[in-house]
Amino acid sequence: MAIATPDRPTTAAPPRFFEAATPMPDARIPSGPLERKWTHRKFENKLVAPANRRKYTVIVVGTGLAGASAAASLGEQGYDVQAFCIHDTPRRAHSIAAQGGINAAKNYKNDGDSVYRLFYDTIKGGDYRAREANVYRLAEVSVDIVDQCAAQGVPFAREYGGLIDNRSFGGAQVERTFYARGQTGQQLLLGAYQAMMRQVQAGTVTLVPRREMLELVVIDGAARGIITRDLVTGAIERHVAHAVLLCTGGYGTAFYLSTNAINSNVTAAWRAHKQGAWFANPCYTQIHPTCIPVSGDHQSKLTLMSESLRNNGRIWVPKSAGDRRPPSEIPEADRDYYLERKYPSFGNLVPRDVASRNAKEVCDDGRGVGDSGLSVYLDFRDDIRRLGRPVIEARYGNLLEMYNRITGDDPFETPMRIYPAVHYTMGGLWVDYHLQSSVPGLFVLGEANFSDHGANRLGASALMQGLADGYFVAPSVVPEYLASARFTDAPANHPAFDAAANAVTGQLDRLLKVGGATTPREFHRALGRLMWDCVGMSRNQAGLERALREIPALRAEFWRDIAVPGTADLKNQSLEYAGRVADYLEFAEVMALDALERAESCGGHFREESQTPEGEALRDDRHFAHVAAWEFTGVGTPPVLHREQLGFEYAHPTQRSYK
Amino acid sequence: MIVNPAPTRTAPKGMRIALRVWRQANATTRGRLVNYQLDDVSPDMSFLEMLDVLNETLIKKGEEPVDFESDCREGICGSCGLMIDGRAHGPLAGTTTCQLHMRTYRDGDEIVIEPWRAEAFPILKDLSVDRSAFDRIIVAGGFVSVNTGAAPDANAVLVPKGDADLAMDAAACIACGACVAQCKNASAALFTGAKVSHLSLLPQGGPERGRRAIRMVQQMDAEGFGSCSNEGECEAVCPKQISIGTIARMNREFTRAALDGAS
Ligand code: FES
Repeated sequence: MAIATPDRPTTAAPPRFFEAATPMPDARIPSGPLERKWTHRKFENKLVAPANRRKYTVIVVGTGLAGASAAASLGEQGYDVQAFCIHDTPRRAHSIAAQGGINAAKNYKNDGDSVYRLFYDTIKGGDYRAREANVYRLAEVSVDIVDQCAAQGVPFAREYGGLIDNRSFGGAQVERTFYARGQTGQQLLLGAYQAMMRQVQAGTVTLVPRREMLELVVIDGAARGIITRDLVTGAIERHVAHAVLLCTGGYGTAFYLSTNAINSNVTAAWRAHKQGAWFANPCYTQIHPTCIPVSGDHQSKLTLMSESLRNNGRIWVPKSAGDRRPPSEIPEADRDYYLERKYPSFGNLVPRDVASRNAKEVCDDGRGVGDSGLSVYLDFRDDIRRLGRPVIEARYGNLLEMYNRITGDDPFETPMRIYPAVHYTMGGLWVDYHLQSSVPGLFVLGEANFSDHGANRLGASALMQGLADGYFVAPSVVPEYLASARFTDAPANHPAFDAAANAVTGQLDRLLKVGGATTPREFHRALGRLMWDCVGMSRNQAGLERALREIPALRAEFWRDIAVPGTADLKNQSLEYAGRVADYLEFAEVMALDALERAESCGGHFREESQTPEGEALRDDRHFAHVAAWEFTGVGTPPVLHREQLGFEYAHPTQRSYK
Repeated sequence: MIVNPAPTRTAPKGMRIALRVWRQANATTRGRLVNYQLDDVSPDMSFLEMLDVLNETLIKKGEEPVDFESDCREGICGSCGLMIDGRAHGPLAGTTTCQLHMRTYRDGDEIVIEPWRAEAFPILKDLSVDRSAFDRIIVAGGFVSVNTGAAPDANAVLVPKGDADLAMDAAACIACGACVAQCKNASAALFTGAKVSHLSLLPQGGPERGRRAIRMVQQMDAEGFGSCSNEGECEAVCPKQISIGTIARMNREFTRAALDGAS
């Protein structure tokens, strides 16, 4: 393979990072055949007797799919669960926005699906950068998840006979996706939320909303609690526990604009990272091809439109750069249906990353459309003619209405305009097979961990993973930890709690004292633009090195010129926001570094130096079939890189081809 | 439903918008309407992006920005919710505040922005209110009692498609609180009715159906929400267009359960 090993810094430049001197810790993957691993491990895991469970306090941070399902399930078992969220109610978590559906290997359609096939598709979809054992477990419990959700009263779409309906999603060749209209995430989250609220009534779960976790407290090497800020009163609070579960989602808002909710952030994960939890594969981000384009500087977030639109819409741009004619005046001969031209067999249905990259390419060529030139057409004209407007309306009515609301354009009159946007992050805190981070007692669930999607996530798999971790993995591995750990006394006035609380107060004071002239949003937007340009859809060495130069400079500027009005002892949204931006200004550096160090293309990570002669992503299994787990050593100091080698016993790596 | 007329791709022009915004430092202080003027509002901005712009200018002047809540900004999380010229979520039907765009307004318009006003939703700061009463209504019984792992096969229980569709209509509630804010009695009947309807339409959780209706209704009353007098204002402003038929269903469920002696 024609890939140079990454440029290592020469002796002249200071090193960007250090290789770990110690071997990678055991990821605790069970031995034995793939399909027996989880069953075996569940049996080996130690148990806590029912009468003793309430003596253990488990903190759950974040109440999206992963957090709410974990809190409910551990509460049902009888543990003392404390569930924290930054929202006014757990039901607002961003899991709620997932539209498409949830995969489960039920084979209800008798179309050849199986646990093994879902496992295989997920490993392959992740471009061979995930652990086989984890992914198999995910596929295995997928069937139980759907049973659980149906029993909770999730209103899945039904057939006339009363059975659950399934559809194919994201290019899958089997119909394994369960859905509830276009609101599957909402309905699954409400199911988990309601299960958790049932435990609130039962007294096993204590709900603590409007709290932001600002520090992880580590005592004798183990996670023993958190420091939170009450977002209404500003009170800094100490919470002691035997185990802490981080379920705080991904870091997509590092790019400022993304399809994530505007309050989604990396703060809890990043602060845990600074306390010893390694961050794995931060460069893996998923860019979704069908989003509504940016309309101006005021833009605060981007809206995803289900990629199912690509089933009936044709994607095109004008053939020549600078063609500013309205779409209706561009004749067929002057249009370039570039995906159909380049990928005749998949056409408009090529995978997300391929569709996204090609959109960027034509826009970089000056052939983009719209006022900004940063969008491409998604045109229903032909299918409206072929199938009639009512069919298209029935299929996509809601989406088209949403598009119309946001852009003011009517998709039945003029083609829609779309552009890729950051949607999901596959990287996250490193965890072993037990979802435990490199800090004992700190577990990481859902999008916040790195474990199951490899370098790219399949459609309808995010909901599955969040719920798998919360409903089925955590309830086995957390008790195992509680039963085997030796707990020392960790009162709330322990020096470690004092130090953590002081650090939190110190940073809040520091933010308020700068008294600069630049708002948190301005810094966030500047960082986002840099990340999008240099660490976005397509990455190269020069761009990544530029990011690594400019991020520290922006960070320094932040601490010199940030403007935060108000005080810390009242509701203060600017202060909350400034703290999150400050963390992103640190996190972004390891993201760029990870992307620089991974000099191959894989999944959602495209390195321009590593492509086939046809311009397709080229993986380098010889050098990069590993997880890159970064250990924090200080802000602006070189981190330590731990490499976990990935082995493939069952699914043998092949190179993707969509030609 | 296409809410905007066909293409207007003229270059967006900045509009002048006068705002009167409710400012209140915290739950205990008195609030008042404060005037602000924005001179360059793009019709492509969302309503909340317009407030973002206002807040940026306030921060730059060293003033505290207007506190308001939002998260998904795509109409699904239910965080946002403002009283805009006396109408919850503004002038468009079936639209959350975050999905309202400034092209709905014209150059020179004045807009009055206030928080939800209801005794059961105390104001926290400026435009943000405490809606935790909704959570307590759910805690009282808005769930199906099934432990993780105790579920039968998803297809073991058949659900008629019509029931599933109706249940989904009701389950689409985002708990934004617009129904309460618009109701002259500040009733939470639409919110509670939606959840009672969603769950009672499905066979799952059937045995606890009566108990659920009673407990949720009792909690709703205990939170200080007013009673429903069939004004229908809630349905008119509901961004998810939940039908007041759900209130009738809740009342039937409640009455039947009361007659059956459930508690
Ligand atoms: S911000 Fe989520 S519904 Fe408006």
